[in-house]
Amino acid sequence: MGIKMIVTVKQVPDTHNVSANAMKPDGTVNRAILPTIFNPEDLNALEEALKIKDALGGTVTCITMGPPKAADVLKECLFRGADDVILVSDRRFAGADTLATSYALKSTIEKIGAYDLIFCGRQAIDGDTAQVGPQIAEKLKINQLCNASEVVAVDEKSITIKRLTEYGNETLKSKFPCLVTVTAEANDPRAPSAKRVMRYKKIASLKTQNYGEAYLENNSQIPHIKEWDVDTIGADPVQCGLSGSPTKVKEIQTVVLKAGEIKQISNNESEITALVHQLINEHILG
Amino acid sequence: MNQHPVMVFIEQTANIIAPVSLELISEATKLAAKLQTKVIGCALGHNLKNELNVLAHYGCEQIIYTDDARLAHFTSVPYAKTIVKIIQKYQPQVVLFGATTIGRDVAPRVASELKCGLTADCTSLEIGDYKSKDKTWTNALLQIRPAFGGNIVATIVSPESFPSMATVREGVMKLNTPDTKKHAEIINEPCALSTNDFLTEIIEVVKKEKAVDLKGARIIVGAGMGAATAQGMKNVRELAKVLGAEIAASRPVVDGGHFVKDHQVGQTGLTVRPNLYIACGISGQIQHCAGMSESMRIIAINNDPKAPIFGVAHYGIVGDLNEVLPRMIKAYKAKV
Repeated sequence: MGIKMIVTVKQVPDTHNVSANAMKPDGTVNRAILPTIFNPEDLNALEEALKIKDALGGTVTCITMGPPKAADVLKECLFRGADDVILVSDRRFAGADTLATSYALKSTIEKIGAYDLIFCGRQAIDGDTAQVGPQIAEKLKINQLCNASEVVAVDEKSITIKRLTEYGNETLKSKFPCLVTVTAEANDPRAPSAKRVMRYKKIASLKTQNYGEAYLENNSQIPHIKEWDVDTIGADPVQCGLSGSPTKVKEIQTVVLKAGEIKQISNNESEITALVHQLINEHILG
Repeated sequence: MNQHPVMVFIEQTANIIAPVSLELISEATKLAAKLQTKVIGCALGHNLKNELNVLAHYGCEQIIYTDDARLAHFTSVPYAKTIVKIIQKYQPQVVLFGATTIGRDVAPRVASELKCGLTADCTSLEIGDYKSKDKTWTNALLQIRPAFGGNIVATIVSPESFPSMATVREGVMKLNTPDTKKHAEIINEPCALSTNDFLTEIIEVVKKEKAVDLKGARIIVGAGMGAATAQGMKNVRELAKVLGAEIAASRPVVDGGHFVKDHQVGQTGLTVRPNLYIACGISGQIQHCAGMSESMRIIAINNDPKAPIFGVAHYGIVGDLNEVLPRMIKAYKAKV
C-alpha cells in the first residue's frame, strides 16, 4: 500500500551566493571554491514526496548521479525522511550533458523497478536548463507534468498539480506513472529531524550490486548508502558521460563585473537636476 | 538551396500566436540566410489556420500545421510526439523553441526522443565553425547562453546532432519589420496520435490579466532590497508615477511580498529593454542584471559604491535613494 516515489536530487555549487571571497581579483568567479549545496528546487521536490508519504503512506527513494561527495545530499534526504537513497557514481559519467544524465538516471530508475511517481526539481542552479526531468520521462515513456507550483491532490492512482503560465495558471491531472517537476513556489521544505540526523549522520557509501526492498519497512534503518556504477545500472557506457552528450562546450567566458564607462553623478541637487534635464532633452524622459 | 531548413516551433495559447515565436522567426531568417536555406514553422492546434498568415510577414516561408481538437491546448506527450514526426519528415538542421512554459516542457522531450542536442535559454545564436581534435565542422549552430547562475557565458555546439535545438526567451531576439505582402505555404500534416497518447487531463485553465506590462514600458523604475522600506517604496512609486514609468522588482523584493511576480525582472523573471531603467537600491546580482542589462540607458542608485549594479549602469549615483529620488522628481517637475 502507499505510493512508491523516486526523487532525483543533485549536489550543486552555490551559484546564487557568490560572495566577495569567491571572486578573483580579475572580477571572475572562482568556481572551484564555491561551497556545494542541495539544489534548492530538488529540496522542494523531496518535500512534495514526503508530504504524500505523510498523508497516504508509501516509500521515498532518492537518487543522485555525481561524484562520491554527492552522498552528502543523499544524507540530507535521509535526515528529512527518505526511506532509501542511491548514489550513482562512475568516472564514465564525467562530462555528461542533460541527455547523458537523463539516460543514466533512467537506467537507475529501471533497475529500482516499480514506481508510481517521480519527482524532480524544475532545474539545477548550475546548468539552469530544466531539461533532465522531461528527458527522464521521455526515456521511461511516461507522462510528465512540469513546473508544478502546487500539488493540488494525490490519490492512489493519480496526481493533480497547478502550474503558472504566461497567461495565468492551469490545473492538470495525470494517472500514475508520472514524472513531476517542482518549482520553489510549491512548498517550504522541512528541516532535518533530530532523530533522523542522529540515526544517519555517520552513514557511509558502499559499492554494491544489490537492490532489495526487504528493509523498506516503517522506521527500519538502511545500513549504508548504496553506490552503483555504469555496470550496476546496466547502462551502455557509450551513452554515458561525454561520449553520450550531443552538446559540447566550445568556449566559456567568465562574466566580469567591473565598472565600465560609467558616468558618476554626485548625490546633490545640481548634478541630479543636470542628469534629469539631459535625459529630457534627449527624449528618453518626458 | 540547402534542403534542410531552420524550423521554428510556433506556440499558441487560445489561438493567439506567442510573441516569442515571431521573434524566433525573425532570428531564424538571419540564420537561414547564412545557411542558405529557408525558415519553416511547425504549428499545432485547432482552427488555427487563419492566424498563421502573420508568420509569413516575419519571414516564414512554409508552415507545417497539424490540426486536431485534442491539440487545441498544449499537453506534453501529444505535442512532443507530433513535433518529432514533423522533424523526422521535414529534416530541419536547426529547431528553435521559445523558452516558455510550453517550450521548456516540450523541447527536452523532443530532444530526448531524437537523441539530439538541446541548449536552453540562449541569449544569442550564430553560425560558425567548431573544431575538435582533428575534426572541423562548418556551419554549426553556436548557442550562447549564461550558466552557473549567470556567472559564466558558454558557447555550446551540437556538431553531430541533427537537428541542433535551442530554446530562447521572449524579448531576447529582435523582431523583423513585418512585410504584410508576404505569404507562406501551409502544409497540413494529419494528426497521427492515438487515444493512449493523451495522458494529461486538463482540469482548468485560468486566464489572469497581468498586473503590469513591463515589456511595453519605455521607462522602468526597478526596486531592489535597498528600497524595500516604507519610505523607499513611497519614493519609488512617486518617481514612477511622475515619470510615467512602470515598476519592476528584483527577485528578493518579489519574494518579500512587495510586488507580484509580474513585476519580477531577472533570470527567473522577465527580460526587459526599456529606453531607461532606473535601478533603486538594487545590488546588481547577475541574476537581476541578466534581465535588464540591455536597457538603452541605466541609472543605478545605491548606497554601496562597490555594488555590482554600477558595472552595468551608464550613470551611477552613490547615495541614499530616499535623498536621490525626491531630487529627481523635483528636477523632472521643474522642466516638464
